[in-house]
Amino acid sequence: MSSREKILAAVKKNQPALEVMATYTQPEREEDLLQQYSTVLQAIGGTAVIVNTMAEVTHYLKEMWMGKGRIVSTVPGLQDLAEIAGETDPHQFENVELAIVPAHFGVAENGAVWVTEELLQQRVLPFITQNLAVILPKENLVATMHHAYDRIGNASYGFGTFIAGPSKTADIEQSLVLGAHGSKSMTVFLL
Amino acid sequence: MKKDHAQLSADFNANEPRVNWHDETLWWIRQKRDKAANTLPEWEELREAASAVKYHTLSNLSEYLQQFEANAHRNGITVHWAADAAEHNHIVCTILKEQGIKRIVKSKSMLTEECHLNPYLAENGIEVIDTDLGERIVQLADEPPSHIVLPCIHKKKEEIGELFHEHLGTAKGEADPQVLTAAARLHLRETFLTRRGALTGVNFAIAETGEFVVCTNEGNADMGAHLADVHIACMGIEKLIPLRQHLGIYLRLLTRSATGQPQTTYSSHFRSPRPGQQMHIVLVDNGRSTQLGREEFRNSLKCIRCGACMNTCPVYRRSGGHSYHTAIAGPIGAILAPNLDMKQYADLPFASTLCGSCSNVCPVKIDIHDQLYKWRQVLMKDGQGGAMKTASMKVMNFTLSSPGVYRTAGKAGRWFLRNVPFVVNNPLNPWYKQRDMPEAPQQSFGEWYKQNRKQ
Repeated sequence: MSSREKILAAVKKNQPALEVMATYTQPEREEDLLQQYSTVLQAIGGTAVIVNTMAEVTHYLKEMWMGKGRIVSTVPGLQDLAEIAGETDPHQFENVELAIVPAHFGVAENGAVWVTEELLQQRVLPFITQNLAVILPKENLVATMHHAYDRIGNASYGFGTFIAGPSKTADIEQSLVLGAHGSKSMTVFLL
Repeated sequence: MKKDHAQLSADFNANEPRVNWHDETLWWIRQKRDKAANTLPEWEELREAASAVKYHTLSNLSEYLQQFEANAHRNGITVHWAADAAEHNHIVCTILKEQGIKRIVKSKSMLTEECHLNPYLAENGIEVIDTDLGERIVQLADEPPSHIVLPCIHKKKEEIGELFHEHLGTAKGEADPQVLTAAARLHLRETFLTRRGALTGVNFAIAETGEFVVCTNEGNADMGAHLADVHIACMGIEKLIPLRQHLGIYLRLLTRSATGQPQTTYSSHFRSPRPGQQMHIVLVDNGRSTQLGREEFRNSLKCIRCGACMNTCPVYRRSGGHSYHTAIAGPIGAILAPNLDMKQYADLPFASTLCGSCSNVCPVKIDIHDQLYKWRQVLMKDGQGGAMKTASMKVMNFTLSSPGVYRTAGKAGRWFLRNVPFVVNNPLNPWYKQRDMPEAPQQSFGEWYKQNRKQ
């Protein structure tokens, strides 16, 4: 008997009698999602910038990042600022200073944005970049993770991730340090 | 003979300021957890749901495992089954050897600690670099992690500075966490870029979709996996949940319980390999199916490894993670380990005051302190209590079941404490450690009652 069969037989024999699947309903609350999202993102070390046009985003990023190093974007319309991420080998992103990516939606309760492979071009991009900028339409905010998964539904993706702020660690005596292995900063433009 | 929990705790307690520091640090994290939990009015309903969904999953685990396997396979992932630690290690090693990979990066996986994968791979000529900062630190120190979420919580920054000076070339005496983290970032970036194999753990695997979720704050799991040609994810069979939407419940509970953050920085959902990449999942039993059959202990398989029970435990905080001499320390480790080896871990269920704080903070409502108590019954019946405990329990039983013997023993005890306290207050009596024995009263309550009732 293979290990697979052995394990499945033992599990089947030892599992308790079938219990029905529990359900959970999240209570709805009146909340200012934009305000909550911005506050939480600041609290976890990110920066929320509320803007009205893409031109404002371009202006902000130019001021901050022009001339500081390689800028890569998967958002169309930023040609005079960034190169389009077209690499097929993820290692080629090792020297990216700033990556600009769009997000599907943001989660007000934890400051996260949901991004999937087709928005990133390369999975490694938001991790390997030194700094991360995200473009997120204001109306695409949800209250909690339950709303987030309702929104994702049965979408098909090869890879998707919630990103909540810059990478961080507190492994040395519980001192919080931003910039562990992933991006050292995260700026979310709420458009 | 190997040292038991009490002896290892005594070693840890030799340095009192350090124990106090350890205790306070973990209590601070426990307080952060409380603050985070209190922001959600629905916290208790979430815990209830998390517990119930896990129980449902366990009650249908054989089906869900097959469903997960079929879906993962459809997604292009190769699924392996390992009955025990040895088979798990063999599978991982074989995958790497077939690809000619001699050096890998590994993000946090308590399962691979449980299976002692690193030394096995080393013996087979494969170098493993742990990439979680805390794990890298203990790896450089040649120690196991002392906490599942905070692997080097027992280490002072000066000691870490010393390790980095020796291994990463930082300046002698440098102990600033910011500087040390930056040095590790540089060192590990180079590593990430040059390794063709990456191993990760799994926080949740979804039967419905065949995907798995890995949570980190540092981004190390993603850096490893997205740059490597081969990604191996190792998981215990209890990591399964039925539906993608259930992640809403667990991700809300996990990090709030662990560190008090609303969520980890990265919650990555791996559904299929990227073009040209190989993705493997190793499903590991290693005693879990046995635990599933132990009615009183099966709820321990609900654990989502947040570490809240350790941060709150008065014993863990003062004895340190290494005193548990097993991959998963603290209260949850003490109910998981005896399932693996009753003899080797017979001391662990006794390393508790049974105060119940662990059960109160557990996000999936495992009855941890009840299980600790029940393990004690099982171990004593099985003759694993040790000669001292067995003999003293017999004496207690004899004394407490006869009123006459009880009165005489009480009288004798009080006489000894009053007249020759050194007989009791000496290092041979473990109760005397770190405490003084109480002053003995002149009479027992029984005697006092008799006397005063007459008046």
